[in-house]
Amino acid sequence: MTERLAAEVVVVGGGPAGLAAASSAAEAGARTLLLDEAARPGGQIWRHRAEPPAAARAWVGRLARSGAAAVGGAAVVDAPRPHELLAEREGRPLRIAFDRLVLATGARELFLPFPGWTLPGVVGAGGAQALLKSGARFDGRRVVVAGSGPLLLAVAAALARDGSRVVGVFEQAPLRRLAAFAAFLLRHPGKILEGLGHAAGTAGVPYRTGAWVRAAEGEGHVERVVVTDGRHAWTWACDVLACGFGLVPNLELACLLGCETAADGLVLDEEQRTTVPDVFAAGELGGIGGVDHALVTGAIAGLGAAGRPVPPALARRRKRERSFAARLARTFSLRGELRGLAGKDTILCRCEDVPLGRIDPEGGARQAKLVTRAGMGPCQGRVCGPALSFLYGFEPGTVRPPLSPVDLTVLEDES
Amino acid sequence: MADRIRLTIDGRPVDAEAGTSVLAALWNADVRVARSSVSGEARGALCGMGICFECRVTIDGARHSRSCLETVRAGMEVRTRD
Repeated sequence: MTERLAAEVVVVGGGPAGLAAASSAAEAGARTLLLDEAARPGGQIWRHRAEPPAAARAWVGRLARSGAAAVGGAAVVDAPRPHELLAEREGRPLRIAFDRLVLATGARELFLPFPGWTLPGVVGAGGAQALLKSGARFDGRRVVVAGSGPLLLAVAAALARDGSRVVGVFEQAPLRRLAAFAAFLLRHPGKILEGLGHAAGTAGVPYRTGAWVRAAEGEGHVERVVVTDGRHAWTWACDVLACGFGLVPNLELACLLGCETAADGLVLDEEQRTTVPDVFAAGELGGIGGVDHALVTGAIAGLGAAGRPVPPALARRRKRERSFAARLARTFSLRGELRGLAGKDTILCRCEDVPLGRIDPEGGARQAKLVTRAGMGPCQGRVCGPALSFLYGFEPGTVRPPLSPVDLTVLEDES
Repeated sequence: MADRIRLTIDGRPVDAEAGTSVLAALWNADVRVARSSVSGEARGALCGMGICFECRVTIDGARHSRSCLETVRAGMEVRTRD
C-alpha cells in the first residue's frame, strides 16, 4: 500500500529555491528527488493556470534536463524517523528516504486581525493574486489594496490589468523609509524590474504611504473600508479588500525536524546548512528575500547537499541578496499602531472563532491553545500564530505531526 | 477561447473555464461565502493558497475540501455552507 521512494538529495518545495536546489544537486551528480505539494512546480510566485512565466519555464526545463525526479501533489505530513519523510499523495502514504534534505517550503502571507477582517470579500494581497492566477476575474470590481510590502504594487497592477477599479493602495510604511528604498532600487536596475516595474500598470491609482486599514465593514460581505494615517480616517466603498502585511516563512517542517530558528527564519550557515545534520534550507526560510535570493540560496543548498563547495561567485551573490533581504525587512517593518487595531471582540483564530480578548497577552502560544483552542483548528495556527507573534511577541507553538489535516489511513501506516 | 466546463454550485449550473480553481469558479459566480464558521459566521477565502482553510466547501460529497486547491471538473457538484 505504501509507496516508497529514496534519493541521495530530497528537496521539499517546488518554488524557485527548490527548483534551483534540485537542479544544482542533480547537475552535481547526486540522485535527486523534488517533492512539491502542488501538481506542477513553480511555487506561489510562478503559479500559473495556462502559460507559465518565462523564468518558470526556464527553470522547469533545467530541472528536467538535470535528471532530478519530480513528484507533484505530495504533501509532507511527518518526519517519522531520521532521514525519512512521510507524505500524502492522492490520499495514500508515501515514504521518502534521504541522505541529505533541502527544505524550500517558501512563505505565506502575514495576516493581522482588525475589525471586519473575517468578512467575505476580505482576502490577502497575495490571496487576491492567487485568485487571479487561478482564474478569478476582478473586472469592474472596486478593490482596496492595503497592508505592507512590495507585493501590494504588484497585486494592484495585476488587478488593474484585469479591469478592476483599484480604489487605492495603502502602504503602512512611512514615506521616508520607502524613499530610501526607492533610491536603493534606482542604483540596482535588476531589482527595479522586479519591484517598481509593477507600478507601470498602476498609473493613476492613488498610492498612499503611512496609511493602513482600521476596519472593514458591510452586511454579509465587505462593502467599505476605513483607512487611517493615525490622525485622520477616510471611508472607501469597495467590493474587495486585498490586505496582507508581508510574508512569513513556512517553518513547520523545519521545526518538526528540530531546526533552530532566529527572529526572521531559520538559523543557517553560509552554505545554507540548518542546525540539524544533513538538513539544508533555502529561499524564504532563511528570511524573506524574494526570488533572486531564493534562486541563489537554492543553488548553494543544492550543491552543499550534493557535497560540493560553494563557488565564490554564488557566495558573493548570496551576500548581496542577504543584504537586500535585510533592507526589505527594515523598509517594510510593521508599525506599532497595527497592534491596536483588533478589539477584544475581534476574532483572532478564524478556525475556532476565538476572539482576541480571550488570549492572555502575558501567556504564550501553548497556553492560548490549551485554554481557548486558538491555533487548534485545521490551519494549525498558521494564520493566528504569526499574528500573535507580532501582537504579543509569542514564540511559535510546538509543531506536531501531521503538519496538515490528513486521512487517517496515511498515518496508520506509521505503526 | 478556453474550454468551458459545466459544474453546479449549490444546485445552480455554472460554467467555468478549464483550469480554473473551484474557488475562482465560486468567485466568478459571485459566491463569496464558502462556509459557516463554528459560531455560524459566513466566511470566504482569505489566503487563496491552501493555508487558511477558510474556503472549505463540499465537492462531490467530500466535505472540507479547500476550494482553492481543487480544479473544476465537468459535472462537479459544489456545496457551500455545509
